[in-house]
Amino acid sequence: MSWYDKILPSGVRRDGGERRTGVPEGLWKKCLKCEAVLYRPDLELNVEVCPKCNHHMRIGARRRLDIFLDDNNREEIFADIEPVDRLKFKDVKSYKDRLTAAQKSTGEKDALIAMRGDLLGLPVVAVAFEFNFHGGSMGYAVGEKFTRAAQLALEHKLPLICFSASGGARMQEALISLMQMAKTSAVLERLKGAGVPYISVMTDPIYGGVSASLALLGDINVAEPEARAGFAGPNIIEQTIRQKLPKGFQRSEFLLEHGAIDMIVHRKDMRGTLSRLLSKLTHHALDPLLEAVPQLNQEPQLNQEPQLNQEPQLNQEPQLNQEPQLEDETKLEQKPQPVVETHAD
Amino acid sequence: MNPNFLDFEQPIADLEVKIEELQLVGSDNDINIGDEIATLREKSAKLTEKVYSNLTAWDIVKVARHPQRPYSLDYISRVFTEFDELHGDRHFADDHAIVGGIARLQGEPVMVIGQEKGRTVQDKVARNFGMPKPEGYRKALRLMEMAERFGLPVITLIDTPGAYPGIDSEERGISEAIARNLALMSRLRTPIICVVIGEGSSGGALGIGVGDHLVMLQYSTYFVISPEGCANIIWKTSDKAPEAAEAMGVTSTVLQELGIVDATIEEPKGGAHRDIDLMASRLEEHLVQQLQVLQAMSTEELLEQRYQRLLSYGN
Repeated sequence: MSWYDKILPSGVRRDGGERRTGVPEGLWKKCLKCEAVLYRPDLELNVEVCPKCNHHMRIGARRRLDIFLDDNNREEIFADIEPVDRLKFKDVKSYKDRLTAAQKSTGEKDALIAMRGDLLGLPVVAVAFEFNFHGGSMGYAVGEKFTRAAQLALEHKLPLICFSASGGARMQEALISLMQMAKTSAVLERLKGAGVPYISVMTDPIYGGVSASLALLGDINVAEPEARAGFAGPNIIEQTIRQKLPKGFQRSEFLLEHGAIDMIVHRKDMRGTLSRLLSKLTHHALDPLLEAVPQLNQEPQLNQEPQLNQEPQLNQEPQLNQEPQLEDETKLEQKPQPVVETHAD
Repeated sequence: MNPNFLDFEQPIADLEVKIEELQLVGSDNDINIGDEIATLREKSAKLTEKVYSNLTAWDIVKVARHPQRPYSLDYISRVFTEFDELHGDRHFADDHAIVGGIARLQGEPVMVIGQEKGRTVQDKVARNFGMPKPEGYRKALRLMEMAERFGLPVITLIDTPGAYPGIDSEERGISEAIARNLALMSRLRTPIICVVIGEGSSGGALGIGVGDHLVMLQYSTYFVISPEGCANIIWKTSDKAPEAAEAMGVTSTVLQELGIVDATIEEPKGGAHRDIDLMASRLEEHLVQQLQVLQAMSTEELLEQRYQRLLSYGN
């Protein structure tokens, strides 16, 4: 590891599975929506939501579960499920090679991560899609892991939460992918029959087969602000109807207005809101100590002067010392309101 | 080019033209050329057999989309009796891309639901070329729930280029409508047989395609994305659709090997459209046979078998 890598905060280090492909790496990150230049460690503390315009940036599956579940008591489940190339699919490249490349770049076996853990003390099963792995597409491995996680939830009567982000069914597994829609829907129907709650959280973007199965079958469907979700992609619809699509088409706000989802939840409120919902559905009292921590309805702080005027500096001693702490010990306390802390001084 | 024949069938079409010409000559001149016609007929039959024994995946996609291919209503009128069509989803509209109703199969009442592309131009437009909107799937849902209440087995006929990709479709929740059907069909307390009769395109097909027995007609096709769509994404051109069709394995042969499809019903030489009555009688026979097997099981057994089968996909 070079001296430069050493001073980088954990979120931008190039080692391990943390690397986000397609994103310029460094201490500064430009918001794709408002183009504000944001200081990455601050952005991390603000759960990758732009403090200027509230844009919810895409985050990986592990990061997603990391900021959602309590720090203690969590374990990854069904990590050994691997994709299978039953069709020996080959186009310009073989599917096998594509899989290997995706596994190398993301550090994941396939596009779904499942964990068992607590949400403010309430035991849950949570799964999240890794969009950087083949566009979060659902083939056998995703469908199988989702199904097993749901079965575990069913067996132990634990609420199931799914954060979806997916381009749809995985073409390279052809009809096996399509049948994962039927499979995941079938197991969710069992949960429904047994009174085990399922909350589907839709994060940008969700299309095709994932949208037309597990993503819209929640007892409660929620979405992050401005997430795009629909059955057919905007390009296909435009080609079919030969007209421009209205502004905001297929965004969360559109989905809410048309009755497809129950609510839009800010990323920072996700833990609080979902735990409140689940505690009522399961008649389970939340741990009062843990409950006191999150500031559920906190407004994102918009006053961010210091950041904009600040030049990029390589000398970041304080961060270096701070970072491991944030990752490991104080995260629970820091998680809900770090922005305020960081920027108040 | 004869529009009644596909490109790879043109040698057959040429022979058929010759036969037709000879028949005309024969009736004009009173000369006995019956022998010649008989020879040509035999030749045509042999050629058809030869051409059809060597079809590529892409050829089969073309047969499945053949403009003369029998549609749901063609089978409903031949396989069933007393078909009473039922209309509407009770919420928004009646979607003509999905037809459904109560009928009899060899005397026994059943619920039939099928996607219908429409034969004439007018009919095609009215039926949105067989591309259902949410109300179509919700009508199907309503009919399936009714079938459950009255103990009628459900038979679905799949033939669609896909669920309709439009603004109104999205506004009314096409994803939810399909997802809801998948969930319901996984636990409907009555036997469900799904038949792919033509083109089974992705979620739009699966939306009426979950059941106890999945069967394909020999030259029908079933895919997760159309070969053109797949080619567009991978090769950036739909010209590569034949390659995409091959790679995805869109035929009953491959899908039966994968364990997704349970059975294939043989089609008449040259495809179902060359002899619709024969195709319909084979379908009828298969349905009756399979229903007997499914109806011999208890509802609990049936549901457990269906569930285990769904869980096994891809294993």
